[in-house]
Amino acid sequence: MSELPEDLKYTKTHEWVRVEEDGTVTIGITDHAQEALDDLVFVELPTLGQLVAAEEPCGVIESVKAAADIFSPISGEIIACNDKLVNEPELINSSPYEDGWLFKLKPDGDSQLIELLTAEEYTEILETES
Amino acid sequence: MGKKTFLYEKHLQTGAKIIDFHGWDLPLHYGSQIHEHHQVRRDVGMFDISHMTVLDLTGQRVQEFLRYLLANDIARLKMPGKALYSCMLNEQGGILDDLIVYYQSDNQFRLVVNAATRDKDLSWINQQAEPFAVQVKERDDLAMLAIQGPQAREQLKSRLPENLQSTVMALAPFYADWNNDEVFVGRTGYTGEDGFEVILPEQPAVEMWEALLAAGVKPIGLGARDTLRLEAGLNLYGMDMDENYTPLESGLAWTVAWSPTDRNFIGRRALEKQREQGELRVMVGLILRNQGVLRAQQTVQVEDGGIGYITSGTFSPTLGISIGLARLPAGIYEKVMVIIRNKPLLAQVVKPPFVRQGKACIELTN
Repeated sequence: MSELPEDLKYTKTHEWVRVEEDGTVTIGITDHAQEALDDLVFVELPTLGQLVAAEEPCGVIESVKAAADIFSPISGEIIACNDKLVNEPELINSSPYEDGWLFKLKPDGDSQLIELLTAEEYTEILETES
Repeated sequence: MGKKTFLYEKHLQTGAKIIDFHGWDLPLHYGSQIHEHHQVRRDVGMFDISHMTVLDLTGQRVQEFLRYLLANDIARLKMPGKALYSCMLNEQGGILDDLIVYYQSDNQFRLVVNAATRDKDLSWINQQAEPFAVQVKERDDLAMLAIQGPQAREQLKSRLPENLQSTVMALAPFYADWNNDEVFVGRTGYTGEDGFEVILPEQPAVEMWEALLAAGVKPIGLGARDTLRLEAGLNLYGMDMDENYTPLESGLAWTVAWSPTDRNFIGRRALEKQREQGELRVMVGLILRNQGVLRAQQTVQVEDGGIGYITSGTFSPTLGISIGLARLPAGIYEKVMVIIRNKPLLAQVVKPPFVRQGKACIELTN
């Protein structure tokens, strides 16, 4: 298994979350998630300005194998989407933590971040799953 | 732990992601299913399809038996070496399996049937063969490889036993040749590209695989095998057809040999009755005109309110859009709506294949 970036937070549903300096957050799916899905072929992202609720589906990613809901780990307003993914969904496969990010949002409050997992905690979950 | 082919260790060495396929541990892909798909369409790739069931049928009455067992008519095979695609039906006309039968001699035919249906097929064929005194021998001692793509001929040629090289290179599509060392080569496949399927013993199979690998021929997994066959408009047993449907409802009416009218094959009466009744469900190809991916079991709504469903769906790497096969109520359609995650999305109805020999075969309408 590849090394998990230590500066990110994780969820049980295999998203990662990066808290930016200005308090906004960037969200993507983990390397483990992209590997389980195999080649991605289609991404449906939330729209700008959309208000998303924590742990509710706000988009879809589809691979050659299956469709999977994208869950926003945090409530907030969508402030950016990775439009490159529309034509190049494979960026999620090749660069899940960098070029393959999904969307950015402005959180309603920062309390929810406490619920997120550290790299170490997420690794433990992956180990129990496998 | 499932059954393993002779090449299992080779697959692990080349980075295969292994999945369970009807009790077999087989490669899903060796890195990227989409790259493997393009590899076959644009160049050449090789598949380990040793899970397929090879049956040798022998006996004085083997031709009479196969004319009874199969919906297509092996009497159409005029020359040894010729192959025929056929459905094997039950008395109700339901499809037990689809298969390829090779005419080897008047007393010997080779059948290649699906792995998923092995047990059912063996018991059915043995049961039907008994009154004809036909011997059925399963060849699980043999491996099966497929070398497919525009460069398949070039790559396979020098890896064949010398005594087969010239004859195999001269094979027309759907013909086979073999030698006395049990190396059997058919110009057949499941990809819509030119290519060959090779049935051979373990040792030469491993040698051929290694030689092709060394020559740069990429191994291809089951994932790309599925997208290639779907682009080629070829049915997959268990998805696009099963015992609940006849060939007439599965886009396979062309494989039923009605004449001569006095040939009594299993399921004939049921098919004739169904044909007389008419109003047969139709199999069509679909192209999704919205973003998304067609998947098996999705509901399809046709114009007059009728309902059908997707039998196979995928993202087509060659076309860059989603394609699928669907079974719809009797009728002629141009457009339908497919329900994907509770939203109706427009799909165009086309006649498969979608892709053949590297080229798109369909035109998108406005």
